[in-house]
Amino acid sequence: MELIKLINALPGAVAQGLIWGIMAIGVYITYRILDVADLTVDGSIATGGAVAAVMITSGWDAGVSLAAAFLAGMLAGLATGVFHTRMGIPAILSGILTQLGLYSINLRILGNKANMAISVNKFHLIVSSRNARQLSLENPILVLVIATVLLIAVMYWFFGTEYGCSLRATGANPNMARAQGINTTSGIVVGLMLSNGIVALSGALLSQYQGFADVGMGRGAIVIGLAAVIIGEVVLGKVFHNFALKLMTVTIGAILYYLVIQVVLWLGLNTNDLKLLTALVVGVFLAIPYWRSKLGSRMARKEGPHA
Amino acid sequence: MLKLNHIAKTFNPGSITEKVALADVDIHLNDGDFVTVIGGNGAGKSTMLNAIAGVFPVDRGTIEIGGRNVTALPEYKRAALLGRVFQDPMTGTAAAMNIEENMALAMRRGQKRGLRWGISSTERQMYREHLHMLGLGLEDRLGSKVGLLSGGQRQALTLLMATLRTPKLLLLDEHTAALDPKTAAKVLELTEKLVTDQHLTALMVTHNMKDAIAIGNRLIMMHAGRIVVDVSGERKKALTMHQLMELFETAAGEELSNDRMLLS
Repeated sequence: MELIKLINALPGAVAQGLIWGIMAIGVYITYRILDVADLTVDGSIATGGAVAAVMITSGWDAGVSLAAAFLAGMLAGLATGVFHTRMGIPAILSGILTQLGLYSINLRILGNKANMAISVNKFHLIVSSRNARQLSLENPILVLVIATVLLIAVMYWFFGTEYGCSLRATGANPNMARAQGINTTSGIVVGLMLSNGIVALSGALLSQYQGFADVGMGRGAIVIGLAAVIIGEVVLGKVFHNFALKLMTVTIGAILYYLVIQVVLWLGLNTNDLKLLTALVVGVFLAIPYWRSKLGSRMARKEGPHA
Repeated sequence: MLKLNHIAKTFNPGSITEKVALADVDIHLNDGDFVTVIGGNGAGKSTMLNAIAGVFPVDRGTIEIGGRNVTALPEYKRAALLGRVFQDPMTGTAAAMNIEENMALAMRRGQKRGLRWGISSTERQMYREHLHMLGLGLEDRLGSKVGLLSGGQRQALTLLMATLRTPKLLLLDEHTAALDPKTAAKVLELTEKLVTDQHLTALMVTHNMKDAIAIGNRLIMMHAGRIVVDVSGERKKALTMHQLMELFETAAGEELSNDRMLLS
């Protein structure tokens, strides 16, 4: 357990945290703003990764591949939205259906292979893990911080517009939203599309960063996204109230998550046990608000009513 | 202003929970009518309001608001013509959004929502003036989350929001029932003021017979999914509680057995 090993691994953890932070902003849109638990993301992140890998290896610019991944993710969100709003299938199940279907689609995108390499030696990539410890403009941390700030700025603007406000109202109180003339059905579809577009975008960044796209790269993505949202809220939720800062806490949550993972790996945890650990940690964090409210009501009972 | 032509609605048809909520409702409201609606539990009062608002499609009949047939329109499209206040103070506003955001949403009822900024500063000034009129000190709390307000404050705000864009018809579904008597009286007073000032046409469901008699120019009573009593003008003004109960008994063929109505 040499400390230097851990320190060497930290920049990579931060970069990964930033990529998953972008993904978690997508999750935040559905989970927190629209109040829909969307499991499409496990599939759409891999879709984004696959689209980027295929496009880059066939000679497209990496930036164009990001845009294409975003559009592909929006289509995935559209599918879930149609399942949910036009076919009356519960949101969670709709997401699972899309996610399952996407597995086949992602394999097709990858040319019926389970994975595809995109070497940073052969192609010009936007981010690569190879540069994680370099002090240069190509350092993925720098690139990702800029991307995150841009994304948060765009989201801040969008959810402040008339249309964005109507989406927030749809999530906050659908009855009120409809009474104020808001089409909540289309709002949910648009929200799912936007969310999965962002998730696929992060998938495209992830496949470039790690140097390959894999059909299984999205397994458990929703849990990591939720972990980022919830860790951010537990740690900084009391401090930040502004919408842009709230989105920033999501990114910070994702970075913290990857730093913790890095530490437990350094302490000797088997990589294969990571998902189990993640599930347990996220389970506990999800339970905290519930436990807190139970504890609160128990304490109130002990103290008795204040006459 | 409102025409309900023989509308009917049965929930869960063909199942053991089948419920004929509206048997046959046929009523025309004139411009400026302020109608109070009373009736026992399950009489169809709320169902009628929800049918007008488009919460569910009706099985039979047509609904016209302001001369426009809205029977096939979804709820969010009918909203352009309607102002609504609900029984539960939580329903009419978004708790997680602040006062000005809620008002800005109401200000755009029936308007196109584009990519312009959600609230303009001129609007903010107008909201402040409207809120000042409520006398609840909300004009200094534009940035406060609505979830922090009391039930009465939320109902007053919902009422304001419902009339911010003058609706063709105002639907009030027992909007004072969840409030304490003093707050209820205040909200009711505000209701009358807004309806009079803006010459609104309104339907107000209430379980309070005294209010039903005292407020508005017309009173209808519902029973088993039908309108069984309909009095207006001078006749309504002269109405007493006792007469109203007698009217109901003759019309419905049974005694009024709703404690909630009798006790209030």
